[in-house]
Parts: sequence; C-alpha cells; structure tokens
Amino acid sequence: MWKKVVTATPYLWLLLFFLAPFAIVLKISLADPEFGLPPYSQTASLENFAFLFSDKLYAVTYLRSVFMAVCATVLCLALGFPMAYGIARSNRETRNLLLLLVILPFWISFLLRVYAWMGLMNNYGTINTLLMWLGVTDQPIQLMYTDFAVFVGLVYSYLPFMILPLYATLERMDLDLVEAALDLGASRSRAFWDVTWPLARPGVIAGCLLVFIPAIGEYVIPYLLGGPESLLIGRVLFDEFFVNRDWPLASAVAIVLLLLLVVPIVLLQRYQARDQESTV
Amino acid sequence: MRGQTRFIASMLAFGYAFLYVPLVLVVVYSFNDSRIATVWGGFSTRWYGELLRNEQILDAAFLSLRIAVASATIATVLGTMSGLALARFRRFRGRTLFSGMITSPMVMPEVITGLSLLLLFVTLQQLVGWPSQRGFTTITIAHTTFSMAYVAVIVQSRLMSMDESLEEAAMDLGGHPLRIVFDITLPLIAPAMIAGWLLAFTLSLDDLVIASFVSGPGSNTLPMYIFSKVKLGVSPDINALATLIIVAVSIGVLIAWIATRRVRS
Repeated sequence: MWKKVVTATPYLWLLLFFLAPFAIVLKISLADPEFGLPPYSQTASLENFAFLFSDKLYAVTYLRSVFMAVCATVLCLALGFPMAYGIARSNRETRNLLLLLVILPFWISFLLRVYAWMGLMNNYGTINTLLMWLGVTDQPIQLMYTDFAVFVGLVYSYLPFMILPLYATLERMDLDLVEAALDLGASRSRAFWDVTWPLARPGVIAGCLLVFIPAIGEYVIPYLLGGPESLLIGRVLFDEFFVNRDWPLASAVAIVLLLLLVVPIVLLQRYQARDQESTV
Repeated sequence: MRGQTRFIASMLAFGYAFLYVPLVLVVVYSFNDSRIATVWGGFSTRWYGELLRNEQILDAAFLSLRIAVASATIATVLGTMSGLALARFRRFRGRTLFSGMITSPMVMPEVITGLSLLLLFVTLQQLVGWPSQRGFTTITIAHTTFSMAYVAVIVQSRLMSMDESLEEAAMDLGGHPLRIVFDITLPLIAPAMIAGWLLAFTLSLDDLVIASFVSGPGSNTLPMYIFSKVKLGVSPDINALATLIIVAVSIGVLIAWIATRRVRS
C-alpha cells in the first residue's frame, strides 16, 4: 500500500505538470490565433507547421541555433578536455580544490555570470580599456552585441557541464594502458588518439550533449550579449509568444524544437542509464 | 612529456582565469564610486547602501527566497519518493515512462518547459478555475517540477550505491516496511536529501526563463528584476548585488568543503 503511495505521488505530479503540458502545447500548435482569451481557436490544422517550413526566416533561425550550439560545444570540448585531463591527473588534494572551483560558479546566479561579461566586453569595458592601453588598438573594438560575445557567454556558462562528465571518465581510466602503448613504441599523439580518446568517449559524448541541448534553446545569453540581428530559436519562441501574442505559432516553434532535440535527449538518457549501472 | 604537461598546465590556467576573472571584476567594480559602471571613480560603498534602500529589489529577493524554500522542500519530498521507487521497487507499471519523465525536465530547454507549463495553467484556469492568478504558486509548481528530477537522481544513485542488507535484516526481524523506511533508509540517504534540497534551492533562485513564463503581473522574482535592469546595460547596484551573492556562495561552499574534508579525515 505505502509503496503505491510513494510511487503514485511523484508519478501523478509529473503526469500533470510535465506530460499533460506537452499535450496542450501540441493541441495549441494545431490551432489558429484568434482575438480573445485564450488567443487561439478550437480548430485543428497543420497550417502553423506549413508556415514554419515555408517561411525562410524560421529555417534560417533553426539552422543558426544549431550552428551556434555546435560551435559552442566544440569550443567547450577544446577547452574542457585538457582541463578535465589536468584535473584528473593532479594529486588528490589539488584535484578536490580544482573540482570545487569548477563547480563553484554553478551556485552563483547564471544571469549574473552572463552579466559579468557585459562589463568586460563593453566598448569602454575592461578588455577594450586594456587593449587601448597596450596600444593594440586606438579605437574600441566592437565585442558586445556580436556573435563572438554570444560564443564567449555560451562557453563560459556551459564549460562546467563539459568538464564534469569528462573528468568522471578520465579519472576512472586505467593509466597503465597509456603506459603500455608508450612502452610498445607508440608516439604520444598515437597513444592519445588510440587509447585515451576512445576510453574517454562516453564522457565526451555526455559532455557534448549536456552543452548542446541547453545551448540550442538558450534565451538569456543571446539576448544580453548578442546583436539584434542574431536571431536564435529561443528568442523567436519568446517573442512570438509575448510580443506577437501568437500562441499557436509559438507552440509550433516549441514542437519543432522538441523534435530536433528528441534524438540527443534519448541518447543522453541512454548514456546516463548505462553509466549509472556501470558505477554500481 | 614535458611539453604535454606544460600545455595542460597552461590550459588549466587559462580555463580558471576565464571562469573567475569576470567574477573578480564585478566584485572590484561594485566598490566603484562612478555612476558609469566601467569607469573607475574612486572607492565607495554607496551602491550597497542604495541596494538596501531599493524596495523593489528587496521585495523581489523575498519572493524568490520564499519560492526557493517552498519548491526545494516539495521537490525533496517528491524527488526522494521517486528515487526510492526507481532504486528499490524493481518493477511497477509504467516504470519506463516514469524514469523518462523524471530525467527529461533536467535537459528540456527552459523556453519549452516555461511555455508548456504556462499553457497548462491557462487551460486549467479555464477548466476548473484554478490557479486563479499566476505568481507564487505557479512559479513554485514549475520549479518543483524541474528540480525534483535532480533530487531523484541524487537519491537514486545514493540508494544504488548502498547495500540493502540493513533493510533486509530489519525486514527479516519483522519490522514494518514503513518503519524500516523511516528508521533505516531515510537516515542513510539524509545526506543525499540535503544535497538535493540545496541544489533545488539554488536552481530555483537561479531561474529566469521559466519564472518569466509562469509568473503573473506584479510578481517579479529577483532574476526577473535583475534581467529587466541589465537589459539596459551595466548598472552599479547590480554589481553590488552580484558581489553579495558571490561572497555568500563562496563562504557557503568553503564551509561545506572544510566540513566534508574533516568528515573524511
């Protein structure tokens, strides 16, 4: 009896507040916008989706979002892998401290961390002041409100998501395997690509998905750091809903975004389930 | 070997500088007397004074704290139940759907979660008249839904790594299953529950996008207030606020770190 209560309570909560909302989004995505409250009709058609696929603006926005997320993921990996490797190879005392320093930003407001870059990248901000003082440039370089700023913000915010799973696999890795490869005459780079990299792959995959999935729908970073012309899908969804008050179209945008993410999300869940089994 | 170590060391140095220089600069500029936040005009603590006199910020902070405490508490109860169900009840109907629903909110883009919950609340309001207005309750429900997933995962992995013999022994001795949970299982997973509560609390304080969707007129959380302000550019009292948060978090994490080190040694 009590077992049923323990299972059913969170189950019902999730059915009501997680699954049911998606059904509603799906239903509204098939409706037409209307004046009134709520601002949509009770009809059902695929018109919104047809519109999404026929208007080039949306296709370009989706592609740009995917492209930005992929670039951010690659940059996170390029910086995160050596860092995770260094942390995993340091001695125990330093390792704990280094890990703590990776996790610490998690506890500080995400919004305020993005905000911190606004002061740095401003035309009269720290970076430009420094560059002009060094004589690299005599005019401020436009950093804020560019794609560059968005990349910096994305990498900055999501780097810990990359480092932690990478660290977890690299720390578990058997170093003797690399030693053996080197003893057998493999070069450093050969040993890395043939031994370390394949062994680290589960961490690489998990880290990449953990960065890619949230980055693609990111709203705050492009809003604060990106230019007005840098339209990304999270922003489009937000504006369709709040600015244009077109609830059906916003719902359709959400459904397409969700479809885009189904494969990566299922991949991530499968990886995490496997990871949990292997650590027990 | 030497070259490789040097490469790793410089990447580490660069990476940590990248993570921390912006935060340090915010702290420094929070003591800047100048109204233009990026030009140094001498040392001053005036922005802290203005911060404490700003009723809007204080109201928003109080609302955020109330939501964070409420949603973290409900999320810990529901998340612990879910963790127990997933780790201890091997088989029940709809288990696959359940574990899928538990982990999905963690990776769902915030705009989708926010939109779908708002549409749910609007629909419910039409059908049953509840929730009559959006604000504290709706934000708390939304935050609970995504943070209970984190609690569930933490509790579940703690349960999986724990061996069941204590519970089995109590069962063999004829203990009532419910008593076993309260006397043995819960004390053993208490650290995981505390960690989960703290994580849920921070996630709630941190959230901007989902709260923006499901809140109503007049109920601004702290991140919503900050966002409306920083949209217009750098602002010195937000620097002061950020500094207070950075200092509070650092002290908290430092204490936790020293405490766990002491327990270990």
